[in-house]
Amino acid sequence: MITKRIIPCLDVKNGRVVKGVNFKGLQDVSSPVELGKYYSDCGADELVFYDITASFEERKLFTEILTEVASQVFIPLTVGGGINTLEDFDRVLKCGADKVSVNSGAIKNPELIKVASEKYGSQCVVLSCDIKRVNGEFMVFSKGGRENTGIEAISWIKKCVDLGAGEVVVNSIDTDGVKKGFDIELLDLVCKAVNVPVIASGGAGKIEDLIELFKKVPSIDAGLAESVFHFGEIEIKNLKEILKQNGIEMRL
Amino acid sequence: MIAIVDYGVGNLFSLSSSLKKIGAEVVVTGDKKIIESADKIILPGVGAFKDAMNKLTQTGLDKVVIDQAKKGKKILGICLGMQLLFERSYEFGLCQGLGLLKGEIVGMQGVLSKDLKIPHIGWNALKFKKESHLNKYIKEGDHVYFVHSFYASGCTDSLVSVAEYQIEVPATVECGNVCGCQFHPEKSGEVGLNILRAFCE
Repeated sequence: MITKRIIPCLDVKNGRVVKGVNFKGLQDVSSPVELGKYYSDCGADELVFYDITASFEERKLFTEILTEVASQVFIPLTVGGGINTLEDFDRVLKCGADKVSVNSGAIKNPELIKVASEKYGSQCVVLSCDIKRVNGEFMVFSKGGRENTGIEAISWIKKCVDLGAGEVVVNSIDTDGVKKGFDIELLDLVCKAVNVPVIASGGAGKIEDLIELFKKVPSIDAGLAESVFHFGEIEIKNLKEILKQNGIEMRL
Repeated sequence: MIAIVDYGVGNLFSLSSSLKKIGAEVVVTGDKKIIESADKIILPGVGAFKDAMNKLTQTGLDKVVIDQAKKGKKILGICLGMQLLFERSYEFGLCQGLGLLKGEIVGMQGVLSKDLKIPHIGWNALKFKKESHLNKYIKEGDHVYFVHSFYASGCTDSLVSVAEYQIEVPATVECGNVCGCQFHPEKSGEVGLNILRAFCE
């Protein structure tokens, strides 16, 4: 059977990997190429590179770095950040990305998912969304989690999957950066709503959090995290061995 | 020299990078003469069967691949490239393939139970069905990366390995000098590189 995936995410700015707790206070961690190779060697099942730059010049630097990563790392690569048009898809796919994740670009223009999945295939289009509880309702946030879009999250995800998104990354703002475990309630709702792979993000602090994730939400496909991997709090090889011992299907 | 057939389908950057990584001399080309002069040929492909087949026919590369295969040159199809090696596909209606391998391409929809996600996407373990030089540097149970919604059916003769996804999904096929992988060896880490290494030898 298909294994559950463990995915480190690398936020890239000015050619370096950074991680912000609750999206604020960015801190330089390491080189994307070095970290990419390191993660691939220690058993990461996939890598996500998130371009958090805005200027044209920095974006050019990002694609150069992506090309370098893709020529040395031979596991699936997903790229996100600043994806607003088909040209953006084209730009990162040419650098060796396998999947492209859209977030704000889809909120501004949901049709982007449709045209991109028709052109490149659904397997290539990943919907990423930042979700937060507001008065007991799950809402989609934009601009790195700062602005409430007023869109209800579950119906949004369903709509995007209908438009052609082949995978969904669910990032809970409530649990992100807090390191007290994933947002089980939200993830369970999303998994019940769609039949494409769902990737959990936000909240991993220790190995037990990932055991809980895969046990409590059996249909979740992957767990994604950043700082706990970058700072070595969780070592991927060790994590995957322990998950396997707990009866969770893993690639070792 | 290994020729990766470029017929305008998909991104060949990772594939050519992975071959360079294992020390193979590689050319990405749509040029008939270069393909004919290559020692081995790789037929890649992503997307829909019919589109890919149309592009191969329009460029005349379908005949080149068939000719070279019949002359005994080693050919490896990857993902959709593997599917094209078969007789026909039923993706978006019937479409003839290159006919180098016996069997046909059918959809998973309606075959798998509803709780299983389609496409079959992610890392799955290989189960060996027969001996092959492609398995030389890997072992049974090794994981490779799949992304597909259609699979080869009726290909028992050429079946080298399968992956369990309720049904046994053909993973590697081989018949004489013609072989193929349904998964992406260029995205399957060290195991994938070892399969490419075995093919390139």
